[in-house]
Amino acid sequence: MTDTNEVLLRTPLHALHVELGAKMVPFAGYDMPVQYPTGILKEHLHTREKAGLFDVSHMGQAFLSGDDPARALERVTPADLAGLKDGMQRYGLLLNDAGGIKDDFMTSRLIGERALYLVVNASMKESDFAYIAERLKGLAVLSPKPERALLALQGPAAEAVLARHAPAVASLTFMKVIRADIAGIPAIVSRTGYTGEDGFEISVAGQDAEKLARVLLKEPDVLPIGLGARDSLRLEAGLCLYGHDIDETTDPVEADLVWSIGKRRKMDKDFPAAEKIMDKVFNGTPRKRVGIRPDGKAPARDNTEIADKSGRVIGRITSGGFGPSLNAPLAMGYVEAAFAADGTEIDLLVRGRALPARVVPMPFVPHGYKRAKPNS
Amino acid sequence: MSETRYTDQHEWVRVEGDEGTVGITRYATEQLGDVVYVELPKVGKVLAKKAEAAVVESVKAASEVYAPVGGTVTAVNDALNADPAKVNASPEGEGWFFKLKLAGKDEVSALMTAAQYADYVKGL
Repeated sequence: MTDTNEVLLRTPLHALHVELGAKMVPFAGYDMPVQYPTGILKEHLHTREKAGLFDVSHMGQAFLSGDDPARALERVTPADLAGLKDGMQRYGLLLNDAGGIKDDFMTSRLIGERALYLVVNASMKESDFAYIAERLKGLAVLSPKPERALLALQGPAAEAVLARHAPAVASLTFMKVIRADIAGIPAIVSRTGYTGEDGFEISVAGQDAEKLARVLLKEPDVLPIGLGARDSLRLEAGLCLYGHDIDETTDPVEADLVWSIGKRRKMDKDFPAAEKIMDKVFNGTPRKRVGIRPDGKAPARDNTEIADKSGRVIGRITSGGFGPSLNAPLAMGYVEAAFAADGTEIDLLVRGRALPARVVPMPFVPHGYKRAKPNS
Repeated sequence: MSETRYTDQHEWVRVEGDEGTVGITRYATEQLGDVVYVELPKVGKVLAKKAEAAVVESVKAASEVYAPVGGTVTAVNDALNADPAKVNASPEGEGWFFKLKLAGKDEVSALMTAAQYADYVKGL
């Protein structure tokens, strides 16, 4: 759906993107860089080899305050937020009453602060914020922060680069979050991302975003990376894109995101559609999200039908394309449960032809997260 | 003596005698970005003018390539299977797609000349 009269919003880095020669496209109501003159292929590979800087300021940031905002937020998510430790971030699903996925989001408990810090998807932020505010009325107060910017620095060189401007970040491990000054700019820094690489997401006041971006782009290992490579990076990492791989018609079990449901929450069954979802956890689900590798070189795109070897349609691709690090096509999609085992041979119906493919484990490219060592 | 003509869909055809070599223009490759896969027609396939002849895929999307003129496919550029990046590196040279035995010459003269195509692209 393209409405050419739509007035696109701009992030605080818009002028910088244009200055850097980015190709700008509409995305979630914003005018965003899909690629820079470097090109998607090189931007992708550079992020895996060194470090890439992404503008993700279009995403929704908010604080949730109240007596016990974590308990309150558990009304709409099966994540264990009451058990979220100081200085940690956690992935969660926002569910509707039928157990469908309204969005996926990140919750942070900043050290010594009662309010939780939330990041939700750009395309869903208005809907999410309205839903959370309404469902938590009287229990917690949601304060969206549209004036904040969000940058992601991703790749194996990210730690060395960022630590030169904020030594404290070197001590973070995967999913930790702190407040820190970067080159004198106050920021919320989490060791997370959407590329499968080690890296950071950095929330700053909108007015500081360009200064921070310029500091990081001066580093020889850092290139600006657009939304095109962001998508191919996350697909290789096996990470879901909301609106494609998960939406209100999918639930946490078929989406293979049961790991995001807290143990205590499974026992207490105190989240939306908990009975239905736990029944699927134990008794199975008719379809399942899986990784797919075509045998040949032709990519199969979103909405490609998936068939069994007799030609019967058994599912549909929800994200498909080419993986620059794999140097091969790759996809994820939903198939009937009987076809979800790794190694299952399937066909992808592309331009009237059946292209052989197989179900494979994800991620397609190993994650590079810097995890905490056990017992430390 | 060869002459290259262009379509408004950003294909080119270079005519030598009764054979035409077809590819996509530099402008098209810049719009597509890095090419990662090209699906070429089979040798012997008869293509009408503007028929879907090939598919070119970038990291982001798939795009159709149409026959600029009618004819029968006589050769395809198999080198693109191993190295589709040739399309970006040399769109009007090593990045050619296929060759056609032309159905007729008059279809060629109806296409844009290099100068006309350059003007057309400037207006986009």
